[in-house]
Amino acid sequence: MNGPHDLGGMHNLGAIPIEVNEPVFHSEWEAKVFAMSFATFKNYFPVDETRHACERMPPGQYLSSSYYERWLYALELLLNEHHLVTKEEIEEWLAQFAHSQTSSKAD
Amino acid sequence: MSSHSQHSESDIALRVKAIESLLVEKGIIDPATIDMIIDAYEHRIGPHNGARIVARAWVDPNFKQRLLTDGTSTIAELGLAGFSSEHMIVVENTPEVHNLIVCTLCSCYPWAILGLPPTWYKSFAYRSRAVIDPRGVLREFGLEISNHVEVRVWDSNADLRYLVLPERPLGTETMTEAALTSLVTRNAMIGTAKVQVPTPPELVA
Repeated sequence: MNGPHDLGGMHNLGAIPIEVNEPVFHSEWEAKVFAMSFATFKNYFPVDETRHACERMPPGQYLSSSYYERWLYALELLLNEHHLVTKEEIEEWLAQFAHSQTSSKAD
Repeated sequence: MSSHSQHSESDIALRVKAIESLLVEKGIIDPATIDMIIDAYEHRIGPHNGARIVARAWVDPNFKQRLLTDGTSTIAELGLAGFSSEHMIVVENTPEVHNLIVCTLCSCYPWAILGLPPTWYKSFAYRSRAVIDPRGVLREFGLEISNHVEVRVWDSNADLRYLVLPERPLGTETMTEAALTSLVTRNAMIGTAKVQVPTPPELVA
């Protein structure tokens, strides 16, 4: 597929972000996205499907997302397509979480 | 790696928490497995694995020849084959040739040998420019390659990954294999650095 991921030879994408003594993950959520993806593509779909799912991201979104944001997009898409976790279930969880935060503040 | 992100970190973290909770609740993932995967890539799998391959090649000419002829099986001899490194080609730096590895389409990288790739390897800047201006890219890493040296760029893909065998620095002839291992850096095995000899104590001011 000739998508936004085909970056070879493009100009003007900025300076290379070289970070000294870089940690493996920059936040807990990055580590979790990596590990959940790893666990699912070992058991539910192949890693190639994850890579392809990243490439299916709309071009504007692809080019404005970080590496693990693209992985998160792929994870959500594939969990949904494989009927493991739906978008609605995620939204419902978030709504319940927001509700519980509000209630605890009211206490 | 949020330098070019336009999304709030706390929103993302919460969304990830939602997915994790749902996966655990449904029994699709086990929290212990998640911790084990993170621990493995944070502490056990990393460039020290690749450094063992390089140091062995420097001290054992037969191993080196096998490594350059059949990277996959020779790396397996050291027990370092693994996920995302199933098919390996090792390319040798010489006084005439400098090799550089990239993955323009994704960020394919030999995980079992070098661990997870650094941010710069995954960046759009590196992925796009390594193939069109490799010497310019190397200058950003502080590495000036003479015009007399050929620069070869290898574009990795889903099934095939590369490893650079850097040049053994002069002045390391008496070093043991274990000591040599400690000299080899991740960037040297991707081709964005050369292996440096530690400064002898008498030269330190």
